[in-house]
Amino acid sequence: MDALTTLRSRTVVLPVRDIDTDQIIPARFLTTTTREGLGEALFHDLRYDQDGAERADFALNDPATRGCEILVAGNNFGCGSSREHAPWALLDYGFKAVVSTEFADIFRNNSLKNGLLPIIVDVDTHEWLMANPGVELSIDVETSRLELPDGRAIEYPIDAFARYCLTQGIDQLGYLLQQSDAIATFEETRPWKP
Amino acid sequence: MSDATTLFEKVWTEHVVVPETAETPAVIYIDLHLIHEVTTPQAFSLLRERGLAVRRPDLTLATMDHSTPTTPVASFRDLAVVGESAANQIRQMEDNCRDFGIDLYGFGSEHRGIVHVIGPELGASQPGKTIVCGDSHTSTHGAFGALAFGIGTTEVGHVLATQCLLQRKPKSLAVNVSGRLAAGVTAKDVILAIIGEIGVDGGTGHVIEYRGDAIRALDMESRMTICNMSIEAGARAGLIGPDDTTIDYLARRPRVPQGDAWESAVRRWRSLCSDDDAEFDRTVSIDASALQPMVTFGTNPGMVVGVNDPVPDASDASFRKALDYMQVTPGKPMSENPVDVVFVGSCTNGRLSDLQQAAGILEGRKVADGVRMLVVPGSQQIKRQAEELGLHRIFADAGAEWRESGCSMCLGMNGDTVPSGQLSVSTSNRNFEGRQGIGARTVLASPATAAASAVTGRVTDPRKLT
Repeated sequence: MDALTTLRSRTVVLPVRDIDTDQIIPARFLTTTTREGLGEALFHDLRYDQDGAERADFALNDPATRGCEILVAGNNFGCGSSREHAPWALLDYGFKAVVSTEFADIFRNNSLKNGLLPIIVDVDTHEWLMANPGVELSIDVETSRLELPDGRAIEYPIDAFARYCLTQGIDQLGYLLQQSDAIATFEETRPWKP
Repeated sequence: MSDATTLFEKVWTEHVVVPETAETPAVIYIDLHLIHEVTTPQAFSLLRERGLAVRRPDLTLATMDHSTPTTPVASFRDLAVVGESAANQIRQMEDNCRDFGIDLYGFGSEHRGIVHVIGPELGASQPGKTIVCGDSHTSTHGAFGALAFGIGTTEVGHVLATQCLLQRKPKSLAVNVSGRLAAGVTAKDVILAIIGEIGVDGGTGHVIEYRGDAIRALDMESRMTICNMSIEAGARAGLIGPDDTTIDYLARRPRVPQGDAWESAVRRWRSLCSDDDAEFDRTVSIDASALQPMVTFGTNPGMVVGVNDPVPDASDASFRKALDYMQVTPGKPMSENPVDVVFVGSCTNGRLSDLQQAAGILEGRKVADGVRMLVVPGSQQIKRQAEELGLHRIFADAGAEWRESGCSMCLGMNGDTVPSGQLSVSTSNRNFEGRQGIGARTVLASPATAAASAVTGRVTDPRKLT
């Protein structure tokens, strides 16, 4: 996982709430056995019509949004299936952060474990971002701050441990493996065995 | 502040290996890890890259369900997996389980089935356990008073390697369901009504405990239907305190403790309940006696309405987009909509009692002309039990397809899909855009409503056919 400390990018906006992980990446792309190359499947059925042609009204098909690393989406982004292919696809496409008023729990967990930053903002800021696609935002991951074009900075909530792992570019398995003595003691001393 | 605790807190506390701090999440021990072919290949690859073993293969239960075909065959050797990548994924699952010493209920196993159906069926899902799986419907196992939740593939790797997860403690939400269900109203209708009430993000960050006399009156399969869809309300998990119904269901199943160990397990299980004065972070109450059969009208499980009630209206863009996709008119009931496909199955409603519910409607009747109906048992065991009861003949005589077990048309990644533009009445759990196939329009309903809709060719209140 690459370290993510700062990010400066224009936004691309999907003004729809409850975007589920089936829409982020449809199930038929889940027969893969790797994490790579899923960007092409990202939002597949929203991006392409059934003949495979780009849908002109979908934000990601607007040439002006190419290279944008911050996605702004409606409330409750990433609901539904636990598929980690959703953050894998977003990252492979080039996104590094998603901004919403709320994320589904599993999607949020999966994102943080892969270096995709879920940023929760207040309703007013969110409404402004939804109404102003393409604005440039600055994110300082170390201080959990999102800076708006007018210079106003908003502190967003993030788990301290997840932030540490993101900024150091380390995964969490190493930390868990260091707990092996405590795990062995737990297994030996618990009052009942599964 | 009293010392009274909720069932969730009791199970959580018992599994804390390292307590959480401001800087680090808790290390939580996992008693049962369910795995399937779709969300594990990348986790096993990570183990191979780092030279790690599976810490507790004995606490890992593996099957194949998502990309497996359900076309009827004389022998499992005839099962033809749809697509080379799915076939490769299935081969990798077999290789990974063999190489890491995990028993796999694979093709040819009489115990193969949907992971959330076989865990309970084998008696592996037990009160007080922590249960995880790379699948959001892991909440199903909460019906036994277990803390059961879905995880991503990175976390699957964590559990394989350490049998533990890093977790922050969620909040608690009590959903009190009181009153007696009217005839023809089922657990599916209850959970759809609950999701409609609290919304698809109403449970985010919370573990739900379903309580009240209406929940106590439900059998285990109905309780599993309720807990299964906790994730559709955004909840981390959903659980129900164990009681005689739970213990009677588990008795004599292959993976429960035997002999004296059974007696001591039952004593422990009976102590697993929320204390009378335990405090929940939030409480919601539902009157079950007022419910009618429920159906969804939009593109998430919270967009739900009584089958005979008018579809509501709203002006916001997301709501309008959903109605346009579904080709549904506000103000008119769903019962006016013609049906193309009916799917009975899935981890939500693919158990024996669900099939009996559907068969009860179909017996002596025919599936309407032009409607395709698939009945997909949740496991090979359920298939066998249904055939012993002659249910397969009722389905076949009515003109429905009787299939092998699997996830099938719930998510359409095994070749079982709904054609674009067609309307499907489905007993599964998600009516998301494209979930059952590109352009498919899904109406979620109970098995009884699904079967009644197959008979009339329109979305139908099952009470009109009994």
